[in-house]
Amino acid sequence: MSEQTTEMTPTIEVNYADKIPNNVNLSEDRRLQRAMEKWQPEFIDWWKSMGPDGFQDAEVYLRTAVGADPKGWAVFDYVKMPEYRWGILLAAKEEGRVIPFGKHKGEPAWQEVPGEYRSMLKRLIVIQGDTEPASVEQQRYLGKTCPSLYDLRNLFQVNVEEGRHLWAMAYLLQKYFGKDGREEAEALLDRRSGDEDKPRILGAFNEKTPDWLSFFMFTFFTDRDGKMQLESLAQSGFDPLARTCRFMLTEEAHHMFVGESGVSRVIRKTLERMQEAGITDPNEVDAVRALGVVDLPTLQRKVNFHFSVTLDLFGAEVSTNAANAFNAGIKGRFREDRIEDDHQLLNDTYPVLRHVDGELKVVEETALNAINARLLDDYITDATAGVKRWNKLFEGSGVDFEISVPHKAFNRRVGEFADLHVDPEGNLLSAEAWQEKSAQWLPSQADEDYLLSLMKPVTEKGKYADWIAPPKVGIDKKPGDFEYVALT
Amino acid sequence: MISFQTNPAAYQHWQLAFEGPVARLRMNVKEDGGLMPGYELKLNSYDLGVDIELYDAVQRLRFEHPEVKSVILESAKERVFCAGANIRMLGGSTHVHKVNFCKFTNETRNSIEDASEFSGQRYLCAITGTAAGGGYELALAADHIMLVDDGNASVSLPEVPLLAVLPGTGGLTRLVDKRKMRRDLADVFCSIEEGVKGQRAVDWRLVDEVVVSSKFQEAVDERAQAIAGGSDRPDNESGIELEPLEIGGDETHLHYPHLDLSVDRATRVATLILKGPTASVPDDLAAAKVQGCHFWPLALIRELDSALLHLRTNEPETGTLIFKTQGDAEQVAAYERFLLQHRDDWFIREILLYLKRTLKRIDYTSRSTFAFVEPGSCFSGFLADILFAVDRSYMLEGQFEGDDRPAPTIRLSELNFGPLPMGNGLTRLETRFLGEPDTLEKARSLIGESLSAEAAADAGLVTFALDDIDWEDDIRFLLEERASYSPDALTGMEANLRFAGPETMETKIFGRLSAWQNWIFQRPNAVGEQGALKCFGTGERPHYDQKRV
Repeated sequence: MSEQTTEMTPTIEVNYADKIPNNVNLSEDRRLQRAMEKWQPEFIDWWKSMGPDGFQDAEVYLRTAVGADPKGWAVFDYVKMPEYRWGILLAAKEEGRVIPFGKHKGEPAWQEVPGEYRSMLKRLIVIQGDTEPASVEQQRYLGKTCPSLYDLRNLFQVNVEEGRHLWAMAYLLQKYFGKDGREEAEALLDRRSGDEDKPRILGAFNEKTPDWLSFFMFTFFTDRDGKMQLESLAQSGFDPLARTCRFMLTEEAHHMFVGESGVSRVIRKTLERMQEAGITDPNEVDAVRALGVVDLPTLQRKVNFHFSVTLDLFGAEVSTNAANAFNAGIKGRFREDRIEDDHQLLNDTYPVLRHVDGELKVVEETALNAINARLLDDYITDATAGVKRWNKLFEGSGVDFEISVPHKAFNRRVGEFADLHVDPEGNLLSAEAWQEKSAQWLPSQADEDYLLSLMKPVTEKGKYADWIAPPKVGIDKKPGDFEYVALT
Repeated sequence: MISFQTNPAAYQHWQLAFEGPVARLRMNVKEDGGLMPGYELKLNSYDLGVDIELYDAVQRLRFEHPEVKSVILESAKERVFCAGANIRMLGGSTHVHKVNFCKFTNETRNSIEDASEFSGQRYLCAITGTAAGGGYELALAADHIMLVDDGNASVSLPEVPLLAVLPGTGGLTRLVDKRKMRRDLADVFCSIEEGVKGQRAVDWRLVDEVVVSSKFQEAVDERAQAIAGGSDRPDNESGIELEPLEIGGDETHLHYPHLDLSVDRATRVATLILKGPTASVPDDLAAAKVQGCHFWPLALIRELDSALLHLRTNEPETGTLIFKTQGDAEQVAAYERFLLQHRDDWFIREILLYLKRTLKRIDYTSRSTFAFVEPGSCFSGFLADILFAVDRSYMLEGQFEGDDRPAPTIRLSELNFGPLPMGNGLTRLETRFLGEPDTLEKARSLIGESLSAEAAADAGLVTFALDDIDWEDDIRFLLEERASYSPDALTGMEANLRFAGPETMETKIFGRLSAWQNWIFQRPNAVGEQGALKCFGTGERPHYDQKRV
């Protein structure tokens, strides 16, 4: 995977003269303009209080979206984050687009919210929208322990773009959902990740992101859930949602790049140090830790944790809500446009792993009810491919190790396997056996403490923390010692 | 055959815990614990089996736990309070089952309110997740509703938009009648699928208070303690254990110690014979409490309650119920004096309240009901109230040929004039003599007198007084004629004639709301192949017949 960068001089199609940059003719929609201009200062207040802590005045080399053409949509420049030009950007409208699936398949795509699906659409947008500010909140203290200016800049790029994704959802709510929508847009700024009294909606978005390995894992695994959800919503028969999500996907790719390359660099550094020290057994944890790098078993446990927590975001495998949303033409499957079937699924089935009579068994469920199960499978395939790329790093390294993703029933709190105890290979265990062994599979407090002990900030140009290798290429083709963030 | 007998040790769906004057009734519905196959009780959704346990718990809290003064109704599941009646169960049920299910849940909700209002055992509902449809209706039965303000927990009645049926277990009525919510806001509320949360739920009167998560449990505990403080229930008395009922016989002949039920499936007639006390009145209250659930009035009411539920649920084609009594009227009167003398005691109060609720089950029964007053009967006091609950009563004038038992009499007591009101808030005699206040006063003057058939008919207390020449034929005509009519028309006719007088929340629930719901339950828009209940969960959208009727 390579990062999307500007290949040519972009055509500016976004009106930056407006208070709110946009490509939706905001100046001609006075009602919406008023609503968004009221929301904008509330957003900035939220950013200042909940965005990256201690870096609001730093000049950060960020890309800013200036158009919706994937070939040249962004420009790079130094900007103070609170002055970032957050705006409203939708992918270009496809003339004559029809609803691609469900009961209304073939009908013209909706340009307004159909009344009968209002609640369902609003709920989906609110849930998607809630995750965007949540991750910014989760990551707000990470800057203080950055391993390099390069990484710091990547963190902030991810943060401002999550902020823009929040804008995208707030735009949909304000434009299409009336008074309710405006209230929901405001509520997106009121909830707080991890706050007992006003938590974010989904569990994984209330977990902590205490260290950079967690951040990389989060962007690799959890942002990938975001990608799957956006891919499904990008198929929506509600055209503004589809266009919004298509553009968000362009930005999301960078986030997963940060995760995948971040973990790769951690592995590279660990292997490098192990080779220098002549250690070939990955299980010599103490010896590896003495080298000041992340030992591989801990890395595997982090994978187990982030993977399983992310699977919970997909909801119940067999789900009425998902069936309703598909049939209504609101939310499709992953890359619906590339699937060859009737896109209505009224008579189809899909194999779903379920817990039946005390064992895990594949059961044929009606395809409509198995929409979530299918998206989960697609996710696992996608994530596993990325893990394979990590594993290539071990080839020829002299260290015999392979990272694997755990079984889909492992460590689940939501859905079919929520009440079960399953090991990473997929074997059902008793509660006692789980208690006894789970420490082998999930990060312990000692693991977390060790990782935190590595988190010493490195903010000198071109320098990197000892536990992580430098990137092979810089951002925007800049050299490694480029000043990605000018600290004040 | 569906049984209504259960006990806490056998509960699958509820947990009871006790902390001094406060009890916790926690809903934790077992997904694969449905009464019938074909559905999973997810998200604390319920079927009749769940409600049978709830009813049992409410009864036991009243009788077995005099020390309990407030009950916290809550969910043991995270982020969900209760999702209401299970939709797949409703979609797969017969019309009869749906209607009976709703009726029983209604009666149970009412029994919760009865405890709050009259027993000094008040219900507080603590909602920490989504309370949707029947889930919020359950909450509405509580005296005080607390909602956690965490951005997630909400209350909703999404039946109309999602299911094309009504929030029919009192939901609509309690919004505007009990919680006195504005009708326009109620209209909005009933069309918001995802419901209302936070401060707006208070502003709209949907809940009494919202509290943030970190302070919620503490606030609930404090509120429960405060509520308990206002109760007159005793602190240190032992409860009265409700032992399992002794039921003998088979499905068509149930023998209880104080009640015989026989069903003639050929003629579709059931006869219930209620038996008077066999032992004399206990010397004092303590002795009655030692007898516990065997104390005659309580034992008889429990058996009558059980028999009525059995008939309703398991004998749907038995269209006519005949009530008879057998025993010594003097003894019955003596027990009644005992009840009245000790009516301020918690135990006796519970018995009278239970009697009131059980007599209402007769009022609400969807069968033709008759009472026959024959030699050897003991229609005295509260048993005489059955004469005023049924659709018609027949009393033998004189004796049967070849039977030397004396001619039957009936006897009124104070219990017929106040403590046992119907759902409309009036006594059965007040309802009976709605246009004849003088007749009512005259009846009051007859308290304590043994009234012959002639005197009873004269006072308007029985429908017909027949001598033994006419008795047999008239009764046969009555039953054969009744059996020839349409069961639907009869149910409709009887239900409309039984509840003269003012409307109350209860009559609106059982009359208006249930009638509408039962109509909607028959309509293709709800239950047709393309109706909302059938489509629910498949992802397919229902198809509606757009004609407004």
